[in-house]
Amino acid sequence: MTIVHHPDNATLVSYAAGSLDEGFATLVAAHIASCDACRAALNEIEVVGGALLDTVEASPMSPSSLDRTLSLLDEHADAPAERVEPRAKDTPPGVPRPLARLLKGGLDDIAWKTVAPGVAKHVLPASKTARSRLTLLRIAPGTKIPDHGHGGMELTLVLEGSYRDVFGRFGPGDIADLDEHAEHQPVVDSPEACICLVATEAPTRFKGFFGRLLQPIVGI
Amino acid sequence: MNAAQPLVSCPEDNLDDRALVARVARHRDREAFQRLFLHFGPRIKGLMIRSGSDADTAEDLAQEVMLTLWRKAGLYAPERGTVSAWVFTIARNVRIDRLRRQSSRPYEDIADLQLEAPGASGEEETEMRQRERLVGQALADLPAEQRRVVELSFVEDMPQAEIATALGLPLGTVKSRMRLAYAKLRERLETVK
Ligand SMILES: [Zn+2]
Ligand SMILES: [Zn+2]
Repeated sequence: MTIVHHPDNATLVSYAAGSLDEGFATLVAAHIASCDACRAALNEIEVVGGALLDTVEASPMSPSSLDRTLSLLDEHADAPAERVEPRAKDTPPGVPRPLARLLKGGLDDIAWKTVAPGVAKHVLPASKTARSRLTLLRIAPGTKIPDHGHGGMELTLVLEGSYRDVFGRFGPGDIADLDEHAEHQPVVDSPEACICLVATEAPTRFKGFFGRLLQPIVGI
Repeated sequence: MNAAQPLVSCPEDNLDDRALVARVARHRDREAFQRLFLHFGPRIKGLMIRSGSDADTAEDLAQEVMLTLWRKAGLYAPERGTVSAWVFTIARNVRIDRLRRQSSRPYEDIADLQLEAPGASGEEETEMRQRERLVGQALADLPAEQRRVVELSFVEDMPQAEIATALGLPLGTVKSRMRLAYAKLRERLETVK
């Protein structure tokens, strides 16, 4: 997988800080899972978190806290320190691990719902407190999404197939990190359908005429 | 503060963070853990308070972070980052788990992947120490407005849109300040490459 389009650096900084809402964080993680460059960048940015932790104003722990914590260590006494965490080994092909948790199977097992000619969607589960929504879109080859802008933050990660717009060609692993001023007219240019993961702010605030027109579609 | 006697950390603790974590990992060394606790506990508590927790919750979260450090000490990879950065990531993940109850675990998934590729960004330990120092310097040298945006993200746990509202700035300005801060950091780090 050759990745050309990465998240905006501001998005990576927010991801490292932990301040992206869950839908966005899951999508960015799904990209990082297959992007060595972003993984290396993440390691660098996390050092900022460490530096800030060193300078944050310390708040004294209560006198009993150390003893309490030390007594709890016994409960973990037999947990070997070098143990490697269990992993989700059985990730279906083409499904990044952070996304696999939200799916019952692979991309072929999704219960798609047609929302427009050539466009089907599937809304992924989110926790109650989530302020972002994750949606999977399957767009048929040759489908043109009308020219539109975006309200609020919106990230798209291509999982299968590809599309092309004024910003370039987006294939598997590529992220489109568009700000609210970006306008485009994506066209699916792969022989197979383009399946992508889209994170939007919830409730989605679509702006303008095309935005309202696209509301039922959501995404790219 | 009440009459409770505060615990203090000894100043040279962070000199051998790495050695302490290694002792916890290899020998389940409680004394080493205690020193890490005294150094990081109050800082993590401070971080949790800054991101909106009340003092009791913050202390509870700090304890949870330290227990996680005890359990996962063997997973700390020095070539990938400083102990402080690692502790920050544990605190970040605990903060997310506890306060938001996510339906996914993106950070854990990525950490697991990094375990599968040990030393992917392998570096000499001295280089890592230098890197730590440079990042600290770069942060201190940032223009106040850029540093503020970075702090609000990492310490106060504020999403970009919230930062924009809090500072009365357009979202685009918040983003560009974050980009600029990151670019300066990169520039500084390039000097060790
Ligand atoms: Zn990337
Ligand atoms: Zn779009």
